[in-house]
Amino acid sequence: MREIVVEVIARVVDDLLRLRKHLVEADFEMNSKLKIENLHVQVGETPILKGVHLEISQGEIHALMGPNGSGKSTLAYALMGHPKYVVTQGSIDIDGIDVNELDPCQRARLGMFLAFQYPVTIPGVKVADFLRHAITNVRTPDRKEGEPLMPMKEFRIELRDTMKQLNMDPEFARRYLNDGFSGGEKKRMEILQLAMLKPRFALLDETDSGLDSDAVRVVSEGLAKLSGPDMGVLIITHHERLLEYNIPNYTHVMLAGKIVETGDASLAHDLHANGYAEVRKRHPEEAAQEQKQQEATV
Amino acid sequence: MSTDIADNTDVGVGAYQYGFHDSTDNYAFTSRKGLDAEMVSQISEMKGEPDWMREFRLRSLEIFDQKPMPNWGGDLSHLDFQDIYYYVKASDHQEKSWDDVPEEIRKTYDRLGIPEAEKKYLSGVKAQYESEVVYGSLDGDLAKLGVIFTDTVSALRDHPELFRKYFGTLIPPSDNKFAALNSAVWSGGSFIYIPPGVNLEFPLQAYFRINTENMGQFERTLIIVDEGASLHYVEGCTAPTYSSDSLHSAVVEIVVNKGGRCRYTTIQNWSNNVYNLVTKRAMVYQDGLMEWIDGNLGSRLTMKYPAIYLMEPGARGETLSIAFASKDQHQDAGAKMVHCAPNTTSRIISKSITKDGGRASYRGLVKVEKGAVNCKSNVICDALILDPQSQSDTYPYIEIEESDVTIEHEASVSKIAEEQLLYLMSRGLTESEASAMIVTGFVEPLIKELPMEYAVEMNRLIELQMEGSVG
Repeated sequence: MREIVVEVIARVVDDLLRLRKHLVEADFEMNSKLKIENLHVQVGETPILKGVHLEISQGEIHALMGPNGSGKSTLAYALMGHPKYVVTQGSIDIDGIDVNELDPCQRARLGMFLAFQYPVTIPGVKVADFLRHAITNVRTPDRKEGEPLMPMKEFRIELRDTMKQLNMDPEFARRYLNDGFSGGEKKRMEILQLAMLKPRFALLDETDSGLDSDAVRVVSEGLAKLSGPDMGVLIITHHERLLEYNIPNYTHVMLAGKIVETGDASLAHDLHANGYAEVRKRHPEEAAQEQKQQEATV
Repeated sequence: MSTDIADNTDVGVGAYQYGFHDSTDNYAFTSRKGLDAEMVSQISEMKGEPDWMREFRLRSLEIFDQKPMPNWGGDLSHLDFQDIYYYVKASDHQEKSWDDVPEEIRKTYDRLGIPEAEKKYLSGVKAQYESEVVYGSLDGDLAKLGVIFTDTVSALRDHPELFRKYFGTLIPPSDNKFAALNSAVWSGGSFIYIPPGVNLEFPLQAYFRINTENMGQFERTLIIVDEGASLHYVEGCTAPTYSSDSLHSAVVEIVVNKGGRCRYTTIQNWSNNVYNLVTKRAMVYQDGLMEWIDGNLGSRLTMKYPAIYLMEPGARGETLSIAFASKDQHQDAGAKMVHCAPNTTSRIISKSITKDGGRASYRGLVKVEKGAVNCKSNVICDALILDPQSQSDTYPYIEIEESDVTIEHEASVSKIAEEQLLYLMSRGLTESEASAMIVTGFVEPLIKELPMEYAVEMNRLIELQMEGSVG
């Protein structure tokens, strides 16, 4: 009798443990959310963002549009933790973690990624060596300096397969990072990194700018292959082309450091066709600030 | 006997890991400090040298005394020639087996990884400890082919004709104050002869170790690569970390005959209390090739400008130089290329990295003699400065006496850009991993010229230098 009781208790405990594990995993797999509240950012003495609100969930595509100088790239840099872009007010938060407290390396390990508008050159550093280091750190966020990297063979296979998927020449892996790359090659390099790092939140800062239409198509298709239920995407763009392949759930319009309108994919289409004149009319206060800012810089 | 780790090993900055020293109690001979004719005669006598060599030494001492200290390059004002031991002999014999090398010394070389390297990828090794070579080996097959790899003292005894034909002909004592000093008190070093047509598959290596405080090491190396032969020679250097200074002043002379090739790789990693003042010169004859690969990571002050004289048409010279200067270090390094014949080519690539207040200077000369038409020379020097306290300067000298020549000089100075750090960090690298990656990339064009084993060693040394350097 006593033995039966012990056995029953043991089974119940077992079940409870299994249930708890299940719940913990479910919790972990819950959709992450990047929450930006009332974000103010300045560069030097100049305030650029003046209270941005934005929420991006995993699996959503957001387009961010707006005239030059409205603060789109500033938002991208501030989210990634560029030291020159100082948050003076407001918060950036992922599932209760205060992102603003983290340096860019910690943000990357938390699952953030920025495809740069102007990727820098790192001479002498091979793409493959850099990527192996990067994905080891991002996938094992607790890795300490000097601890082993991902096994070479496993990495090479993954890199080869990913490059194939993106129609990239394997020769890329042996070149020095962005050294002597054409504009299109640099942007594809960003997409390759996106594919390898598999972030939860990807920020694409004018990834389509400066490219001819074939290159834009390649990059757009690449992004379309990669985004899915596990990735929240913020696409900063002037053009519509990138959005044809990656139809946004939301389109935001930025003017003078604020998001002044949010709509669906048709808003992007409308802005592309008609420009920002109507937006300025609907938001005279921000339009006036924009005007003042432009005069100040001239 | 005990091997103790020096207390003042500087672990905080770049962690110099060869700063330990051994006991000197059982040394065979230690000279008194200071330099005069009596000391020079005593060295000569102890070595049982012929009269001509003793006279050569004494004449060199006179030249040394007459020549003023150089007033260019680095700060030599703290160097006191009377506070130095000029001849220190730790062991009475040179051994052919590591088992016979005194235990204390053998342990040091074990820690430096020399016997291990010898087994894996070297054709021969010379280990110089203080003033004398304590261990020597050469692959048996090479010896049968007529290859000579011995210490310079033995060469004077065993190969007097070959020795006298070349010794002091490329770098006479009158060349400069430190060449005169070396000529007066030289001891140890390598003597190599590669017969015509013999190509060495694996490098020969010499390893120089200073152990005594205030020691002066003055090795003398002479290399002759005969027609159509080839050699890769590698030297490494370390010393204990002491609070007072030691002096290393070597002379290296190399002759590359018609169609021969010689590559001389130095990985200098002296501790930060060593003055490293070295004269190196090679003469290259028709269609021959000389390459200096010069890595300067250690020392308090290095002044070294390996030279190549291109003597006949088709001769080529190349110098690849890496300097790393950290706290209290000045690397004044560079290269000299002298075109003495038509259709000769030279290339100098210099890369320097400075941090924590270190200073690196590139000092180079490209000279084209009258009649040396159709010469080509290409000089590239790049400096990477890691913080505002550090300094880099460039002194390129060009002397041309012909019009039909092609000379190119490019120089660049860069800092690690904030944007580069941001880019790498945004991919999950820490700030110090990112800086180390940028530095490694900066020197990569040179590192890839090194044989794999040395490339790995060099990268490891640079990473060590970088460790803890970023707050």
